[in-house]
Amino acid sequence: MKIYNAKLIIPGLLIFVVMATFPIWYNKGTAAPPPEPKLNTPAIQRMAEKQCVLPKDQMRTEHMQLLNEWRTEVVRNGNRLYVAWDGKEYNMSLQNECMRCHSNKSEFCDTCHVYAGLKSGSQPYCWTCHIAPKENK
Amino acid sequence: MESNRRSFLKIGGICALGLGALPVTKALARKAVPQVSEFPEALKANQWAMVVDMKKCWEKAEEDCKDCILACHQYHNVPDIGTLKEEIKWIWQESYHDTFHDQATQFNIENIEHNPIMVLCNHCTSPPCVRVCPTKATFKDKKSGIVKMDYHRCIGCRFCMAGCPYGARSFNFRDPIPYIKTELNMEYPARERGVVEKCSFCTERLARGLFPACVEACRHGALTFGDITDPNSSVRKVLAENYSIKRKPELGTGPNVYYII
Repeated sequence: MKIYNAKLIIPGLLIFVVMATFPIWYNKGTAAPPPEPKLNTPAIQRMAEKQCVLPKDQMRTEHMQLLNEWRTEVVRNGNRLYVAWDGKEYNMSLQNECMRCHSNKSEFCDTCHVYAGLKSGSQPYCWTCHIAPKENK
Repeated sequence: MESNRRSFLKIGGICALGLGALPVTKALARKAVPQVSEFPEALKANQWAMVVDMKKCWEKAEEDCKDCILACHQYHNVPDIGTLKEEIKWIWQESYHDTFHDQATQFNIENIEHNPIMVLCNHCTSPPCVRVCPTKATFKDKKSGIVKMDYHRCIGCRFCMAGCPYGARSFNFRDPIPYIKTELNMEYPARERGVVEKCSFCTERLARGLFPACVEACRHGALTFGDITDPNSSVRKVLAENYSIKRKPELGTGPNVYYII
């Protein structure tokens, strides 16, 4: 088998492969480590059974839907009391209930939101109005 | 298999039974679903209303008493921008002439025109702000009669401000948080640039069995709060004993803030 113009084609192919794979090998090892939201707030450590409103996996994937539903129930329907699947009662409030346990916004909320690169300064726009708890730093 | 009427009916019967079992299995399979409700201590009314007794306010309170304003604005993280144009106000003082310009006679009780009147959102029975809101960010709560705001939904078009004949709505021309000069109330949110805000009759306090912050703050009992539809309520008792007026009743908005002058 003979390749016409092999002198040009083979180096050209090599250059193409190098350039096409450039992002892969250039960024190797520089990937951001996966986020580890911290649960070591005093309120959570005091809990006998560390259980959020929904099971952990569900909270991880559906907390935004839950917050949306809570917002609608509180603002539109005036219902503020939430009885969870395990019978525990919650005040449906981001500032007064979620942040009561998760008082470490920068180590809990922000770790994932920044990692996932959410828009608006890498934070969801909850915090343009809602006031995050003061963290001692 | 030979198909005849008998076997057809048998199969049909089994199919019908299967369909009938579907809702039963669904009902059995349902787990304990999260329930939502009001707090048991919540105060309820068909239409919340307020009586502002300016006589008491003028006679008993000191000249510069602003307890109700301070309590409200501190509780709701209302900013103090400092300019008249961008002023944010939930409850504030207005001149007699601007409040009751339809009432003004040429010869009034002496000095009444120089006395300030406490004004706030009237939580109208047929609120024009609600009618003009294109996103339904502001709405009349059917349970309590309060004209509420959903700040999440406000697009800042300011139609409601044009619609409100009482000037009860304020627009956030800039981020209000740096201008909150009182101590931050961590239990209540602030607002952001580009939304309209106003008095909420302390919806969040009523839900917890508390009266509005201004009513609680007034040391002279000038503010009475209650259900206007209940003949035995505190507001109805005060109204039965005193002659009262409302702001701009001729507009047909049905204000629910009454004034004793």
